[in-house]
Amino acid sequence: MGLYEGRQKSVIADSFCRFEKVTEITGAVEQGNVAQPALDGNDAAISIHGLTKRFGNITAVNQISLNIKKGELFGLLGANGAGKSTIIKMLTTMLTPTEGEARVWGHDVVKERNLVRSSIGVVFQDPAVDGMLTGRENLDFHGRMYGMDGELRKKRMEEVLELVDLVEKADEKLEDYSGGMQRRLEIARGLMHYPHVLFLDEPTLGLDAQTRRHIWQYIRNMNEEKGVTIILTTHYMEEADSLCDRVAIIDNGKIVALDTPENLKDEIGSDTISLDVQSGAEALMQSLRPISWIKSIIAHNGNIELMVDRAQSRIPEVMQHANRCCAKITSVGLHEPTLEDVFLKYTGRKIKETVGSANSMVARMHMRHG
Amino acid sequence: MMKQDLYAIYSIWLREMLRFFRLKSRLFGSIASPFFFLAFLGVGFGNGASLPGIPQGLAYVSFLTPGIIGMTLLFSATFAGLSVLWDREFGFLKEIMVAPVSRIAIVLGRTAGGLTTGILQAVIILISGIFLGMAMPSIQGFLMSLVFMILIAATFIGLGLAFASKMEDMSGFSLIMNFLIFPLFFLSGALFPLDRFPGVVKDLAYLNPLTYGVDGLRYSLIGTSAFSPALDLAVLTVYCSAMLFLGAYLFENTEVK
Repeated sequence: MGLYEGRQKSVIADSFCRFEKVTEITGAVEQGNVAQPALDGNDAAISIHGLTKRFGNITAVNQISLNIKKGELFGLLGANGAGKSTIIKMLTTMLTPTEGEARVWGHDVVKERNLVRSSIGVVFQDPAVDGMLTGRENLDFHGRMYGMDGELRKKRMEEVLELVDLVEKADEKLEDYSGGMQRRLEIARGLMHYPHVLFLDEPTLGLDAQTRRHIWQYIRNMNEEKGVTIILTTHYMEEADSLCDRVAIIDNGKIVALDTPENLKDEIGSDTISLDVQSGAEALMQSLRPISWIKSIIAHNGNIELMVDRAQSRIPEVMQHANRCCAKITSVGLHEPTLEDVFLKYTGRKIKETVGSANSMVARMHMRHG
Repeated sequence: MMKQDLYAIYSIWLREMLRFFRLKSRLFGSIASPFFFLAFLGVGFGNGASLPGIPQGLAYVSFLTPGIIGMTLLFSATFAGLSVLWDREFGFLKEIMVAPVSRIAIVLGRTAGGLTTGILQAVIILISGIFLGMAMPSIQGFLMSLVFMILIAATFIGLGLAFASKMEDMSGFSLIMNFLIFPLFFLSGALFPLDRFPGVVKDLAYLNPLTYGVDGLRYSLIGTSAFSPALDLAVLTVYCSAMLFLGAYLFENTEVK
């Protein structure tokens, strides 16, 4: 598909340092106005400095500073009400910041709104389609709003409809689409004008597992093949983990952690291999004890727990030891640290504990939209 | 104005047209109530001789039709302005607001859409009035009435837009209908001559832009009016500019939460 030809490679080639120390960043955030590590202006798709939004007495976003590089797939992870959507709305010019500055593709989000708007595509959390218009009419409207002439609109429309697999439904009214199809059409629309930066606010909220995986695939393709810088918000851990190059964990309007998912999980510690042993546990313990990459062994009631790094690649070796000393293993379990553990560490809560409010919000949304 | 803004105005206008003609119930619903007002009052009151203040020999339906045209424009234009609220409610406002076009282009697109649908309905009412016994206006009279129709519609689109920009949801909608739109209608001299109002109420009617709109329409279509048509035109133009400016200003500063 011809999307983004020519631009993609150079953008992806802008390699960037993915492994900033999280302590440095959070340190800067805590002190508020401390300058961010200097970043060449040409490298930053988005640079945010001391961004704050207050609604009356409530501080929804509190002194956030952050740089997102061109070509990056960046995730804002947090519970509902943490301030993710408010950040997105400020970056997309829908809300005016109370304090601080932000630049998107080099343009100030307050002083150069129209330049920001023409650099970005946005898929909002709540549906933003006209249900009385067909898929093509919605896209046509969008194309005109972005100044495309008839021929270009037609070409791009077919291109993006194909991308999200909606060619056959394109002439039906949006109110007859399922939630997943509406979402896909909105993603198609967000891409139609070839934005430099695409914002996806909870792109898979309320969708079934299959549709979610499809949408993940589109998002990955857009980023990897077309070189679009993507900022997504989510409260699904596995979504942030499987998609994002870097993740910022947002809690109470602040960034509490910022790094690659791998580094964040590594901080939590080692993986655990758990063995249920029917017989020969003692011999197996003897055999495993001298191995240097096993950090600790805990055994009780016929269960052995090994703390190791990169557990998946160690399991075969553990099994060989078991065979050699004739220990009979009935099951093997593997627990890797997840972003959920990371979230718990930084916020003191599990993200699921806050989902109640999310559900009631979704229910309200459904009521409103009938 | 940039090419992109012209595209945007057209795009927003086109969407209004698609929606207007697609939703048949809205099309008929919006024309039904002014039509019933016209038909039942016009036929019911019969000859104007029974109502003081109406020139001798003028059929009540002739007096009434310009009033009901004013009513049609008042309601459809205010609705068109307030339709921003629907877009806010159903999320489409975000799609409009995030587009790289000037906010003025968005206001102009909406105004163009509201003008088209409003005047279309007004002309249907005019034709109904002629069928019910109103004398056929001259070509010049009709063209002049179009000027007044445009001014009336633009004034109330601006008013609707101003309210919609300041309201977060649709809870205030019935308040606006009952305490603003209906009083504006009844205090405009649309149904009977202003002379029939007591002093204070009459003063209120003099503040109402629709009063001058209806009076201008009467002059254009049936050749009789309470004020001079020049005064009607001047007052209405001032109101129209002020309302459109206010609506555009408030809309420009609206935030999408």
